[in-house]
Amino acid sequence: MQDKQTQTPKKGFDLKQLTKSRGFSAFTAALLAIALGLIFGFIVMILANPDKAISGFRYVLVGGLGRFGDVLYFATPIMMTGLAVGFAFRMGLFNIGASGQYTMGMFFALYVGFMWDLPNGIHWVVAILAGMLGGMLWGIIPGLFKAFLNVNEVITSIMFNYIGMYLVDMIIQGNGVIYIASKSRTNYLPSTVQIPSLGITGSNVNLGIIFAIIIAIALFIVLERTTFGYELKATGFNKYAADYAGMKGKRNIVLTMVIAGGLAGMGGAFAILAPSAIAGSSMTYEPINIIAANGFNGIAVALLGSSNPIGIIFSATFISHIQRGGTLANLVGYKPEIIDIVIAVIIYFSAFAMIMNAAIGRFIKARINKRHQKTEKEAK
Amino acid sequence: MENYIVEMLNITKEFPGIIANDNITLNLKKGEVHALLGENGAGKSTLMSVLFGLYQAEKGEIRKNGQVVKINNPNDANALGIGMVHQHFKLVEIFTVLENIILGVEPNKLGFLQKSEAKEKVMALSEKYGLSINPDALIEDISVGMQQRVEILKMLYRDNEILIFDEPTAVLTPQEIKELLKIMRGFAEEGKSILFITHKLNEIMEVADRCTVLRKGKYIGTVNVKESNKEELSKMMVGRDVNFNVDKKPAEIKDVVLSVKGVTVPSKHHKNNAVKDVSFEVRAGEIVCLAGIEGNGQTEFVAALTGLDKMSAGTITLSGKDITKSSIRERSVSGMSHIPEDRHKHGLVLEYSLEQNMVLQRYWQPEFQKNGFIKFDAVRKYAEGLIERFDVRSGQGPISVVRSMSGGNQQKAIIAREIDKKHDLLVAVQPTRGLDVGAIEYIHKQLVERRDAGKGVLLVSLELDEVMNVSDRILVMYEGEIVGELDPKNTTVQELGLYMSGAKRNTAKEINHAG
Repeated sequence: MQDKQTQTPKKGFDLKQLTKSRGFSAFTAALLAIALGLIFGFIVMILANPDKAISGFRYVLVGGLGRFGDVLYFATPIMMTGLAVGFAFRMGLFNIGASGQYTMGMFFALYVGFMWDLPNGIHWVVAILAGMLGGMLWGIIPGLFKAFLNVNEVITSIMFNYIGMYLVDMIIQGNGVIYIASKSRTNYLPSTVQIPSLGITGSNVNLGIIFAIIIAIALFIVLERTTFGYELKATGFNKYAADYAGMKGKRNIVLTMVIAGGLAGMGGAFAILAPSAIAGSSMTYEPINIIAANGFNGIAVALLGSSNPIGIIFSATFISHIQRGGTLANLVGYKPEIIDIVIAVIIYFSAFAMIMNAAIGRFIKARINKRHQKTEKEAK
Repeated sequence: MENYIVEMLNITKEFPGIIANDNITLNLKKGEVHALLGENGAGKSTLMSVLFGLYQAEKGEIRKNGQVVKINNPNDANALGIGMVHQHFKLVEIFTVLENIILGVEPNKLGFLQKSEAKEKVMALSEKYGLSINPDALIEDISVGMQQRVEILKMLYRDNEILIFDEPTAVLTPQEIKELLKIMRGFAEEGKSILFITHKLNEIMEVADRCTVLRKGKYIGTVNVKESNKEELSKMMVGRDVNFNVDKKPAEIKDVVLSVKGVTVPSKHHKNNAVKDVSFEVRAGEIVCLAGIEGNGQTEFVAALTGLDKMSAGTITLSGKDITKSSIRERSVSGMSHIPEDRHKHGLVLEYSLEQNMVLQRYWQPEFQKNGFIKFDAVRKYAEGLIERFDVRSGQGPISVVRSMSGGNQQKAIIAREIDKKHDLLVAVQPTRGLDVGAIEYIHKQLVERRDAGKGVLLVSLELDEVMNVSDRILVMYEGEIVGELDPKNTTVQELGLYMSGAKRNTAKEINHAG
């Protein structure tokens, strides 16, 4: 800001133009939310343990940088659930059921992984597609209820989070191939079904993150360039106008929920099919009746990314980054819950994004006007 | 220096991006009816909201009887004797008339409501001012005109002396309007002071003593109504001369474009049908106007006609094709254009750019898409063409966000889109609602131009002037039925009003015959 102050008014006009663009305002709002969240988190850390606050906070801020592979690895599933929430949100649907879709996707992938014998190189691809299918199944049901019976998708999808989770836990516990009762977790997956690693030492990061980014970009293109995206956003902004224009609202609701479910389902598949850094092992799932946190983190990711697929790539990476940092803050004695508080505050503030943005916009405008007046006075 | 009961001095009120009131001064004498005239968006309602404490002005001061007062909320206003009848009534639907009147100032003893006491006072007021009401009726059961009386009695019950009426006549029949103006005159003679917001010049000429004119948030002037005339006032309001008459040559009526038979639509609010067995025809080259007071089934009828809602009985034929069961898009493709009643709810996606809105029904046609991808160049070119032809003004041309455009230009964009789309029938529902005189003039011209181009036009309107001036044939709708068919050349506003209020009707036989 400081050096911009000294620039010519012409440049100031450009700044004004820039502040008007929607993408820019969403971006500054997200940054502001992050900054406030971090400040608040720092205060919490000071209150918890004043002596270690600075070193702990440093871990939160930059700790993830040293483990960028892990950051990307943990970003993959929340990027997918973030897209699942964000994409549906563009149509005006609040898909709070990403958790259930994620769990179903993970289960379908597990099932293909254990029960189907497929050649190396094909197995994991089929498992991912199965995961997508599982998620789609759990997405289409709230979609159908919403479209044809006008049942609020929030209610249905919350219920389907529970139904999905209990169903999956029940089936897994009843399957001797998948489940090891003595360890109360799933067995190690065969290596043929693990997604190829990106080869960063000491990290589980795999092709999944590449797929997730490609999918995000594809969704961006669908939203911005296609007639389907045009209909979807029109419905999200104003469903009455979409009806008036003759768009097929019911079909679009179902289609959107199927796509959203498929995205979350793939997230579940990416998470469970990730290769383990330790040879001979794999990711496992513990059927202990807990709703998948990655689903809800997806809501946070989507909010922080303004439901924009490109924004979601960055917000998922950022949230993963400070989660890593939070884990590292353990080293100086902080509980990882601190980081959950920070994330919660960031989300809380990003919900105010637009309000705060208007405030910033006014502030910048006021500064520019003041500068104009000043230069005019000086000219006189 | 005269004695004013209320002085609003140099009031400035800003909203983000717009100065709604720019240094406005208004002085109200005791015992006068003072009209506040201006187009939509001129700042009338804002100014009155400042006086009533709903908004705080950034600059300027308000004085009552010469004393500077600070009005932070409607309670302050009430304490100063200022009352307001809002355009949209603030009544509790499921309460009785009496309960609504005493709401907020309930007489009580030790917390127990003293209704009989209140009732006496209300009935006394009602008798004194000729505002007959039934204190025990529920608000949801009484007519709009009756509800307005309740609002007026609310002000009187609170012993208000300064009465603000925000566009009170918009929802009334001609007979009710006459009644209301008489009551306002009565208040003034009794020493109460009236502020009367309107954009109807006839009413000002009839009832007001003085008139203050605003234009685009600025103070234009205050005139003595007796020394002025309609032409002067309208010129002050719009800033140029206005042609009140719609120029049109006789209609050249051709084949039937639209034929509706026995259309019945169930109501969403009550058990009865909102539209009952409606049948009529629209021919190419004529403007048929569906007139009536708001809430008599016009909205529901149009929703069924355009496919937005289902009907329970009847058939609709468009250019010989039965479209009774067609989807909205099929109707649109079959040649129905629709300028919707609520341009923000149905007509536009406000967050979309102007060009995106210009292809709202047509984005899927080969002209604008290929393999599911929108052809942005084609859309841009098409939008630019329409913008130029229909003179749609906006900040950034085709990429302006529609929300940022003025109401008149938003409506122009819809009209451009609907007229340019291939059509045989244009359904225009209250196309001039909320627009200024200049835009109204433009839209009427477009409707007549459509008619002369051999299209059928079905105009749904609440504005009597519009009904009388624009249409070739008037169908009056009352409580879901068509109660009369009139020729605007051989009828008077008074007669039309009688039909609209249900006091008069052609027999069903006559209408069927005419249809």
